[in-house]
Amino acid sequence: MALTREQLAQRVAQELRDGFYVNLGIGIPTLVANYVPKGMDVMLQSENGLLGMGEFPTEETVDPDLINAGKQTVTTVTGASYFSSADSFAMIRGGNVDLTVLGAFEVDQSGNIASWMIPGKLIKGMGGAMDLVASAQNIVVTMTHANKKGESKLLKECTLPLTGAGCIKKIVSDLAYIEIHDGKFHLVERAPGVSVEEIISKTAGELVVPDNVPEMRF
Amino acid sequence: MSGFNKVVANYDEALDGLTNDMTLIVGGFGLCGIPEGLIAKIKDLGVHGLTCVSNNAGVDGFGLGLLLEDKQIRKMIASYVGENALFEQQLLSGELEVELTPQGTLAEKMRAGGAGIPAFFTPAGYGTPIAEGKEAREFNGKMHILEESITGEFALVKAWKADTMGNLVYRKTAMNFNPMAATAGKITIAEVEEIVEAGELDPNHIHTPGIYVNRVIKGTFEKRIEQLTLKK
Repeated sequence: MALTREQLAQRVAQELRDGFYVNLGIGIPTLVANYVPKGMDVMLQSENGLLGMGEFPTEETVDPDLINAGKQTVTTVTGASYFSSADSFAMIRGGNVDLTVLGAFEVDQSGNIASWMIPGKLIKGMGGAMDLVASAQNIVVTMTHANKKGESKLLKECTLPLTGAGCIKKIVSDLAYIEIHDGKFHLVERAPGVSVEEIISKTAGELVVPDNVPEMRF
Repeated sequence: MSGFNKVVANYDEALDGLTNDMTLIVGGFGLCGIPEGLIAKIKDLGVHGLTCVSNNAGVDGFGLGLLLEDKQIRKMIASYVGENALFEQQLLSGELEVELTPQGTLAEKMRAGGAGIPAFFTPAGYGTPIAEGKEAREFNGKMHILEESITGEFALVKAWKADTMGNLVYRKTAMNFNPMAATAGKITIAEVEEIVEAGELDPNHIHTPGIYVNRVIKGTFEKRIEQLTLKK
């Protein structure tokens, strides 16, 4: 069975380590915050200018001056700090964020990512995604393996305008955990109950398949 | 101290000198930390042909979205403009020019512009459509693109508190782009929630020193929330 949104977030959360500063993108990446393993402390960075983002507020604690990069109202945790957007991207470009999680429309076997624009439709803008992918050392892309038409999103070469070039090394899709190196996709884990054949058939780029592909464990 | 008294009495005085075709640097992220009253006054003044540099373009009927209604903005430099139907309409009809800029690059363009650095290299956008026509160069084994800084005739910022000398303190994530915007305007106007006497703000805690700020006006703020999200 393909992973649900929650399971995707749960699998990505396995990449967290105690003491990590983490930037989570909008959508499924945001859900990763719900699956931080017990006994582990991570600090969430929001690129508008907040380190130490907490849960959503109650009606009593909501504050229009306190939002995240998705413009949602949030709270802070102990040890949080506020800073300007220039400082925020200084910490991002400076390589201080330990893990960045974001979604994508397409990723290719060279590690290129397209996530911000579909020509012919409304161009909404890239926000902070280009800065994040250009500088982060440890990026996890999480997305469905194929689009709604069943077409692979793991390509030989991206067809959409790029967000970043040669920067993606890890993908958690609803079918598999895949790493990118040497210009190829490498199958590392499969979603529980998903066959290697299905993953191969839904991966358009070159996929290296080892003899043994373990199932993801939750 | 009168030479350092930056407080103005009304919005006409605050925006004195603003004319058509000027470039405005505007603080804020989404609707958080935007100079609401100054933007509304620009709508009343009716100046047009403006270039606005701001992370977002407001929403329909609020923030910079107000200035789209009478087509006062000719060009928008922003990182994300996806909340605004009027924006989309004017973009598709060619009435509005937009220069999409990665968020960190936009922040740095303002910071560097205000700091007298005319351009800088950044890795953001290398290999993407943003890099087209820009000089690319390798540093430390990694490719970067040359981005030019931005300054404007006016900068409009929102702060929590100002003293009469124009020292500013921001509140929570309403800080966002405001500190860099404040440095990047020839004339910087701060619209604030509270004005206190000089000496009342702790010099240890001032975010924007008064040297960057030319005019301070006390505003009233609706503080509209774009995505009210509550704990389930």
